[in-house]
Amino acid sequence: MAQNQPFVDIRHAQKSFGKVEVLKDISLTVERGQIVGIIGSSGSGKSTLLRAINDLDPLSGGEIWLDGVQVNKKLPHRQYEAHINALRQQVGMVFQHFNLFPHLSVRDNVTMAPMLLKNLSRAEANRLAEEQLDHVGMLERIEYYPSQLSGGQKQRVAIARALAMKPKLMLFDEATSALDPELVEEVNLVMKKLAEQHMTMIIVTHEMDFAASVCDRVLFMDKGVVVEEGPPQVIFKNPTQPRTREFLRKHIEGAS
Amino acid sequence: MDTELMLKVYPFFLQAAGLTIVLSVLTALLGLVCGALGAAARLSRFVILRFLGAAYVSVFRGTPALIQLFILYFGGPQIGIQLDAFQAGVIGLGVNAGAYMAETIRGAIIAVDRGQTEAARTLGLSRWQAMARVVLPQAARLMVRPLGVNLNMLIKATALVAAISVVELTYTAQRYIGSTYKPFEMFLLAGVLYMAIIYVTGRGVAWLDRRVRIH
Amino acid sequence: MGLDFSIVPKYLDILLLGVAWTVGITLAAALLSFVGGILFALVALYGPWLLRQPFRLVSWVFMGTPLLLQLFLIYFGLVQIGIDLPAFVAGSIGLGLHFAVYNSELIQAAILAVDRGQMEAARTLGLSRGQALRKVVVPQAVRAVIPPIGNNMIALLKDSALVSVIGVSELTLSAQRVIGKTYRPFEFYLAAAAFYYVINLCMEWVQRKIERRISVSR
Repeated sequence: MAQNQPFVDIRHAQKSFGKVEVLKDISLTVERGQIVGIIGSSGSGKSTLLRAINDLDPLSGGEIWLDGVQVNKKLPHRQYEAHINALRQQVGMVFQHFNLFPHLSVRDNVTMAPMLLKNLSRAEANRLAEEQLDHVGMLERIEYYPSQLSGGQKQRVAIARALAMKPKLMLFDEATSALDPELVEEVNLVMKKLAEQHMTMIIVTHEMDFAASVCDRVLFMDKGVVVEEGPPQVIFKNPTQPRTREFLRKHIEGAS
Repeated sequence: MDTELMLKVYPFFLQAAGLTIVLSVLTALLGLVCGALGAAARLSRFVILRFLGAAYVSVFRGTPALIQLFILYFGGPQIGIQLDAFQAGVIGLGVNAGAYMAETIRGAIIAVDRGQTEAARTLGLSRWQAMARVVLPQAARLMVRPLGVNLNMLIKATALVAAISVVELTYTAQRYIGSTYKPFEMFLLAGVLYMAIIYVTGRGVAWLDRRVRIH
Repeated sequence: MGLDFSIVPKYLDILLLGVAWTVGITLAAALLSFVGGILFALVALYGPWLLRQPFRLVSWVFMGTPLLLQLFLIYFGLVQIGIDLPAFVAGSIGLGLHFAVYNSELIQAAILAVDRGQMEAARTLGLSRGQALRKVVVPQAVRAVIPPIGNNMIALLKDSALVSVIGVSELTLSAQRVIGKTYRPFEFYLAAAAFYYVINLCMEWVQRKIERRISVSR
């Protein structure tokens, strides 16, 4: 069934916090190897949607399917835990505030999950960590602790940590928003490199230039709905919806 | 000041200080166990356990430790619990200290950034794995100092077992005050020993706190 | 010997009298601990060096030794130097001084924590040091210090049980007296614990009310 079904399939996603509806009936599909950007102002629901994909923020209604498996299926607690833990191993996530484990060295940040969940030996895990850290240009800092790294370096380690689980999908939740401007580029470069390797990625971002350069498709979200979606050329150069135009105009003014 | 008398009786105070230290150590160990269980109950996903944990903390922090000790020691035999004064002292004070430590431990656990749990869960770690590998090691660092405060209070609270005639420092001081009518001298002897114990413990906690804070 | 709680109501009057004394000594000691705490804090922060050092020593001793030991010292010490105070007064002084030291620490920390910029801003407006303290620093420090002092007062209630050992007829000693007649320690200590718990809940309720009020004006 995986053949005729989209890789990521979000069906009628709905989410409320109390009386506030933050996601209103959103449906969205992502094909394998596709890179989708989600833009929108804060409070538009873009992060909530992203965090629903690995069930970090469970939906109130609707379904999320990943590679033929329903993510948010109803199961008794124990079974659900086993199901979601197995599923999350296949989905990497990168956070705005990095969330590196401060009590672990860079090496142990990367090796912990593979050793714990995939029963890799110390030596295998070390090889894996070195390979992944080399990939993001952080190999020489392998024995450092997070507190000794800059924001950009932390985020590159966080990406390596996620990649070490060999995920088939990567989620980026404003990965560069907390960084000083001069550190954004090093993280963007790592993400571009991943894009070239055809990693499937969903990227929540407020960097329009970056979204335009790496994404195959861009969604503009506002107040819990997808207002407009299409290739970046269309969304950024020729948006059809007035709300999209308004957002982009404000955003470009604010940025310059 | 009657230094001659002080020189004569100080060996008894030293011996009593030994018992105060033993009491403190045992109470602290029991307190840590009760505190960890209490904190785990309060953070559990089961309502019943959360309620029991909250009740434990509230009742034992909401009533005097002295009364708790009396219920256990004097009232215990009525419900089939026969303990000597020392046992009652350790259990009574330990369970009482546990209620305070439970709040300390819980506070440290919830002070660890939520993003840490999220990052661990996102990698596929289970609730327990995330707790054991990511949250607890960080919470442990946060709880050293406040547990040190609990320990300080606990050492002073061991004086309460004087009321059930355990021959520790305060009981010894009380007895010698009664027999010699020299309250200042006896207070001085006991006080210096208490402050020495508290000072050394405080330094130990500070040392541990520095050790765990390297990163 | 099994449990029989039906006997408790018969001695309720004695226990309630004990409750009254417990509340009384808690209030008296609390009052003393406020006044003493403020005085100690002012001396520790602004007093002359010669006065500060002995105060520091006294605080150190009070915080480093058990309250029970301090109560013995005060009770028997006063007798020895020829002052024979009623147990209630001696107990209030002992409890009050003990908590005055703890309150003083909180007050000092709160005053020091008020931003230095606040003092500077007040001085640039032309206020004197005393005026700046009274009008600007103290009101802010008071708000910061009320919640932790509330915790101290709840601790004081529970520690008031200790004055039973120097003969204050408060709740714990009342329970002991009843037990002396009835030989039912479990029932009556539990009853005493229940009363303490209720008083404790009342104090927590008042504390929450006060904290809510302060948090508005912050």
